[in-house]
Amino acid sequence: MKPPLRILGVGVRTIAVVAAVLVWLTPYVWMTLTSFKTSPEVLANPSAPLPRALQLDAYREVFTAIPIARSFANSLVMSLSIASLQVLLALPAGYALAKTRFTGRRAAFGLVVACLLVPPQITFIPVFLMFGSAHLVNTMAALVVPFAVSALGTFLVRQALLSVPDEIIEAARLDGASELRVVYLVLGPILRPTLAAMFLFSFVYHYSDYFWPLVMTTDDSVRPLPLSIALLKESGTGIRWNVVMAGNVLLSLPVLAIFAIAQRHIVRAVAMR
Amino acid sequence: MSAASSRSWRSWALLAPTVLTLGLFVVYPLGRALFESVHAWDMLYPRRAVGLDNYAALAKSGALSDIAGRTLLFAGIVVSLSTALGLGLALLLNRPGRLYAFARGAIFSAYVVSWVAVALLWLWILDDRAGAATRLVEALGLKAPRWLGDPKVAPISLALVTVWKVTGYSMIVFLAALQSVPRSLHEAAALDGAGALRRFAHVTWPALRPTTAFVVTTSLIASFQAFDVIRVMTQGGPVKSTTLFVYAIYEEVFINLRVGRASALVVVFFLGVGALTIVNAWALRKRSVGTAPTEKGTTA
Repeated sequence: MKPPLRILGVGVRTIAVVAAVLVWLTPYVWMTLTSFKTSPEVLANPSAPLPRALQLDAYREVFTAIPIARSFANSLVMSLSIASLQVLLALPAGYALAKTRFTGRRAAFGLVVACLLVPPQITFIPVFLMFGSAHLVNTMAALVVPFAVSALGTFLVRQALLSVPDEIIEAARLDGASELRVVYLVLGPILRPTLAAMFLFSFVYHYSDYFWPLVMTTDDSVRPLPLSIALLKESGTGIRWNVVMAGNVLLSLPVLAIFAIAQRHIVRAVAMR
Repeated sequence: MSAASSRSWRSWALLAPTVLTLGLFVVYPLGRALFESVHAWDMLYPRRAVGLDNYAALAKSGALSDIAGRTLLFAGIVVSLSTALGLGLALLLNRPGRLYAFARGAIFSAYVVSWVAVALLWLWILDDRAGAATRLVEALGLKAPRWLGDPKVAPISLALVTVWKVTGYSMIVFLAALQSVPRSLHEAAALDGAGALRRFAHVTWPALRPTTAFVVTTSLIASFQAFDVIRVMTQGGPVKSTTLFVYAIYEEVFINLRVGRASALVVVFFLGVGALTIVNAWALRKRSVGTAPTEKGTTA
């Protein structure tokens, strides 16, 4: 290629990359800048690019408008429980499906695969009615238990275990290890990368989930963070955008921090699906 | 035989939590939805059996075809744009260097951040009076459309916000696929005198075609399930223009308290998503088959 053409190519490419970065980052920047403004400032000149100073009024307002500490704790308890349960239950189930022979194995595997087809948007009405008649609406159980098992997680663990040699399991059994010992202490460490990616993805997914908690909760007691932040929009008369954006920053920061630290694992979990 | 059955018993014990949970929260709800769909119930008075009335009412009032049409239009915009953009960005950003890594991270981060955060952020940007997008268009001397207030514009606005959110997903899947295209194939083609465009047409694209099918079907299924963005940004309005499938189901059961009507919608929705998922599984099998020729190509 001739040098001038090449320089032109590099120039066009760089411009395209910078444009893409701007399209995806400017909204975050705008969110953060708005969150440092005061309410009169937003009202007077909403499109002024910079806040007058780094004012924290909007953040203080978030803390008085919603029980944010409580919601954050609810979110953490919910997503950590779900992610841990999914990993803990997928291991024995995946092991039984991949490494043991028993009557009904095909049926059990078929059930797991069939459940991959059914999103929560299809099951929520009956599950809501079920929890309603058991007086469990608005409890942590209604948020966690329906997701304790991930069909996808079970499937992925089973696939990963297929490539683990039987000799490892037989050697552990000869040493007198029980079935559960084999599953958690021998196979668990071998599958660590798969399980870590699964855990991380599940945590981030459920931390951000809005649909299920919206349907299953009615008050602050177990309401997770995304719902409380969405309610900021409805508090008071007229939307105070600086307050909503401050809530938004608080909602997104933990996920963006996890993403910055563990980008490789999250990308792996997504590419794995 | 007793040794075998004791082994069976042990395997089932390991599987018990999984089978029970899936049975209770996936299989039973499917059956219950089918049952409720042939009844009328408002969660207060006893339910009545109504046969196929719920389905007939949805079909006759035109509600079903409206909802399906709006959902398909939305999904069509989201899937075509996010797939094309994701492919373009993957080709653009598939190279070493800090700027490229940073751009990949920036684009993918939108896919990771909560839908609520993204929807609230764009609600502010698209605000009729004070939003940054509105002010920007006005600064150019044009009249800004009512992004979320005009029934013709609102579905497109929501679709574009969704494209912004999910393009990172298709980009990541395409990047993973690009990294599996053997470098030697490109080098061989370049040695044969093929230019960049011809190399794309004859080397890259054949390897990416199965991935594209996979991205299209998964994105289609995901955009059929759109809910958060609607609930936060438009609540299905204006004049129902953004009432897509899942939002319509939610509205029937929690606002109109019509469990039967909502369940009939669920059943129709399930059949649609189920059909798509089967196509998806087929595309996935094609994907694993599709990589075989390129592997052969390298050894040849």
